[in-house]
Amino acid sequence: MAEYSALSLIKNALTGNRDWRLAWRKPEPKPSYDVIIIGGGGHGLATAYYLAKEHGITNVAVLEKGWLGSGNIGRNTTIVRSNYLLPESIRFYDFSVRMWENLSHELNYNVMFSQRGILNLAHSPGQADDYIRRGNAMLHGGGDGVWLTPAEIARKVPGVDLSASARFPVVGGLLQPRAGTARHDAVAWGYARAADRRGVDIIENCEVTGFLREGDRITGVSTTRGEIRAKKVGLAVAGSTSRVLKLAGIERFPIESHVLQAFVSESIKPFVDCVVTFGGGHFYMSQSDKGGLVFGGSLDGYNSYAQRGNLPLVDEVMGEFVAMFPAAARLRLLRSWGGVMDMSMDGSPIITKGPLPGMYLNCGWCYGGFKATPASGFSFAWTIAKDEPHAINAPYSLSRFERGIVIDEPGQGPTPKLH
Amino acid sequence: MLISCPHCGPRDLSEFSYQGDATRTRPDPASTDTKAWYDYVYNRPNPAGLHREYWQHAAGCRAHLVVTRDTLTHEIHAMAFARAALNASGGQP
Repeated sequence: MAEYSALSLIKNALTGNRDWRLAWRKPEPKPSYDVIIIGGGGHGLATAYYLAKEHGITNVAVLEKGWLGSGNIGRNTTIVRSNYLLPESIRFYDFSVRMWENLSHELNYNVMFSQRGILNLAHSPGQADDYIRRGNAMLHGGGDGVWLTPAEIARKVPGVDLSASARFPVVGGLLQPRAGTARHDAVAWGYARAADRRGVDIIENCEVTGFLREGDRITGVSTTRGEIRAKKVGLAVAGSTSRVLKLAGIERFPIESHVLQAFVSESIKPFVDCVVTFGGGHFYMSQSDKGGLVFGGSLDGYNSYAQRGNLPLVDEVMGEFVAMFPAAARLRLLRSWGGVMDMSMDGSPIITKGPLPGMYLNCGWCYGGFKATPASGFSFAWTIAKDEPHAINAPYSLSRFERGIVIDEPGQGPTPKLH
Repeated sequence: MLISCPHCGPRDLSEFSYQGDATRTRPDPASTDTKAWYDYVYNRPNPAGLHREYWQHAAGCRAHLVVTRDTLTHEIHAMAFARAALNASGGQP
């Protein structure tokens, strides 16, 4: 019987809920493992789960410096989508969306994946052409995309300002129906429990302070809870990638850490039932099941590890929100926060073996890492287990920058603040 | 975040444009050393702590500045005109 089911709910309710097992154990670190994953966020936990499930490697530890899921997996705007232009991106993110579609069953944990669709509003004929081209690329790559006219948008999202006098009049929109949102914390908890049940040790409050080496080869890590040896060490530390790599003597790397803010309004009655993005600037919004409007915009635009942003960006995001949804002008903001983004130099991730022997790297997610969680964990586990990339992550090498085969969706060049 | 422009005094962040890491050295334009160009174009030290970086007071006096800022706290520790900073270091950033 599945650990979580209607039957187990009833059974435990009758016995006073005293018999639930902890979702994951709190083990002491062992002296050595086959694989250590640094970073107990979504990607690190997913990697550990797929190592155990797909490759039978269960002697695995996930090391987390704080508490489980305390980084970007618990700080994002929960959007899952694959509405990309370039073939490498379409292949990777569509693979991910397909994994999302079965994730709650896979983990026996309700991640509340809701395929409510994402609608990109276009505000000029040129932008419409660009979006339609992207929609065609999505269809060509095996994904889904639909072009909506303003009349169709009016029926689907009544709150959008579709008047001719809008600052950026809406000329149409690209809808990806299979996109949606998920419960971000549940993703971390679900992967953690599923990995734990397969024997993975999840070790919280265990910060990596250095690497153990034999010559160039990484043979383990020193941590705040002692030295731990491993045949293979994988990094999935998002915004802290440069800091952790410095511990291994890598001083320069194609990543900048930037701050991205996100916002939640007070709860209101159902207002929008899909994710909507504004093409006149950079803004995206959805409504959570609790009723709050969850939204965000661009990066603040300067290097930061502070996990908090500044007011000019708040002003800009609110301005875009009200331009798009005038009815929201008197809503109150409930909370806002900032996260540290590992901005790569072309806006695409790096999932690779190396850069040192015994080391494996998963980073550069910019601010699109949440939707990639299942595919990232799956392909990173594959790379660690087989010492070669899976077809979906082969293009996301570290050497692509040097070799001139970058995967730059917006075509912005090596300027991380613009990705 | 307020940035104290040497010309204009403390001004709001929204008046400034960020230009990124100021410690990079551009290779000789005639150089064909691809490693050196790769390192200049793509690699960054990305420190958690003091960071030397270019800002321009774009919506003010338009001066280019070299700012030393703590990326953990956003506190600004030093400030100079970009040209003066470059001359003071003998042309090296």
